Amino acid sequence: MGRKLLTEHINVEGINTFEVYRKHGGYRSVEKALKTMTPDEVTEEVKKSGLRGRGGAGFPAGMKWGFLAKPEGVPRYLVCNADESEPGTFKDRQLMTKLPHLLIEGMITGSYALGARTSYIYIRGELLYVLRILEKAIAEAYAAGFLGENILGSGYSLDLHVHPGAGAYICGEETALLESLEGKRGNPRNKPPFPAVQGLYARPTVVNNVETIAAVPVIVNEGGDEYAKIGIGKSTGTKLISACGHLNKPGIYEIELGLPVEEFIYSDEYCGGIWKGRELKAVVAGGSSVPILPKELILKTAAGENRLMSYESLSDGGFVTGTMLGSGGFIAMDETTCIVKNTWNFSRFYHHESCGQCSPCREGTGWLEKVLHRLEHGHGSMHDIDLIVSVAKQIEGNTICPLGEAAAWPVAAAVRHFRHEFEWHVTNPKEATAPGAVYRGAAVLA
Amino acid sequence: MEPNTAPAKLQFSAAAQAEIKRLLTHYPADRSKSALLPILHIAQAEFGGWVSPEVQDLVAETLNIKPIEVYEVSSFYTMYNLKLVGKHVLEICRTGPCMLRGSDELTEHLERITGAKVGETSPDGLFTLKEVECLAACGFAPVVQVREQYYEQLDTPEAVDAMLNDLRGQIHRPILSWEENDLPNSLKNN
Repeated sequence: MGRKLLTEHINVEGINTFEVYRKHGGYRSVEKALKTMTPDEVTEEVKKSGLRGRGGAGFPAGMKWGFLAKPEGVPRYLVCNADESEPGTFKDRQLMTKLPHLLIEGMITGSYALGARTSYIYIRGELLYVLRILEKAIAEAYAAGFLGENILGSGYSLDLHVHPGAGAYICGEETALLESLEGKRGNPRNKPPFPAVQGLYARPTVVNNVETIAAVPVIVNEGGDEYAKIGIGKSTGTKLISACGHLNKPGIYEIELGLPVEEFIYSDEYCGGIWKGRELKAVVAGGSSVPILPKELILKTAAGENRLMSYESLSDGGFVTGTMLGSGGFIAMDETTCIVKNTWNFSRFYHHESCGQCSPCREGTGWLEKVLHRLEHGHGSMHDIDLIVSVAKQIEGNTICPLGEAAAWPVAAAVRHFRHEFEWHVTNPKEATAPGAVYRGAAVLA
Repeated sequence: MEPNTAPAKLQFSAAAQAEIKRLLTHYPADRSKSALLPILHIAQAEFGGWVSPEVQDLVAETLNIKPIEVYEVSSFYTMYNLKLVGKHVLEICRTGPCMLRGSDELTEHLERITGAKVGETSPDGLFTLKEVECLAACGFAPVVQVREQYYEQLDTPEAVDAMLNDLRGQIHRPILSWEENDLPNSLKNN
């Protein structure tokens, strides 16, 4: 049983209230930071912790904080990215619903480190009920003197607000999020300038995922070095994994990074194996954007080593035989799953969510959806299989934001590992499109 | 021109006006446009679950911005309904993880029992069916969102019936009143 750094008290009754949260050690990091540490010392602990951005990119959080420009007399902002929308990912919703004060505590301590006097939590619009929970908790924190003027007599003041989006996956991209927070369409900005220099209202801004910010209190309380001892290698600490698809026990699990994938899928402590007594066929390990892997490659690397839930182990083999930890959205598919249909479904998602700014993405995602739909319904040709790989390649690297890659990678990986299944839809269309059809051929492992 | 027959000018209720005033304190005074998305949510809840051009003009006037600045935003984000909708808009998640657990079957089932196709409203005016992308509840699939409520694990006819009966018993709820009871079961405290 791994350590729970974020969710230890998640099932304590009333933990969503200030009083109970405080009784279980809540807001200690605010006291410690504001009374005994300078802002730079807090940032230093986050750097030492090795904490990596939990939204998907895995960029070192302390380094991101270190990039923040701090011109004299200019306001700067910490913005929490709570626009959780990556298919397969549903950890932040749970964290904010059950432990709203953990996020608020992290926001206060983080804002202090960065010198922000106003901070925002940008939450996806569908989660309006979570916005209410956060606002209620924020009001409690104000009443207790942890927000507002002169927090705990330290001279540091902070206002914290929650801002809803309105249904747009693209707003999870940090510059689109900032546009949206400014009351505009969520079109990603050209970079540079990066948000660290010109972010919200053209002021220096740090944007961090909910789970990243929620890890700040434990890092400040226990010290960055202690945090870095948990996990494996450069994958320090714990990670929330949201597991879904054909599992016996889908749900949210806090794991120590380094847990073997096989244990995560099959152990009763975690997902409890594949539903209906079926076999596992494939896994998308880090949200819909990351390459899909067949069973053999998700359980073991190409070199035959146990695959671990860590940034390094999951990406072992690059995009030929590996994938990414991403957001921790873990989608398991059983032996009856049609990979062509699933790939089409994801392509439809990216087409729907493309903001339309860049032609390769706007047009390319539409092509992918259309051609995959054709293949899935038995009307495709062999040429179509190469066509989608070619379209994906032409999107990748040619767009302002990573939605292009997010749309391209799943297609490229699906064809790489399951080309025979795509071909079967072309050569045996009647069989492949019959209700309940299941392809039983082997996956491509290299 | 007969002034008596001119439609009354749209106005936010007092409660909505108070909420808008509160929201505006969240942003720098010269950045009040930031409140556009939340105010559009309020407007949609106030005026029948959709934002007509007139409603959008009212929002523009409230924020002292050009109407086009509202139109370009309302047409970008999927949560704003630009057409008249039924009493309850069922937003059915259709993305991969929900599809793996039966969202296609759920959609067909809902079409059958409500008499509305996706994009349409049932003949009794109660339910509008709308397909949406990932709602971040993949572990509890398949999922339908209705305003501030999530209905989860809708993989049996019984679960779907329970949702529809629950909705039939509800009045159109203003966005400004929220109760903890609205939490999906999966997120209620143990």
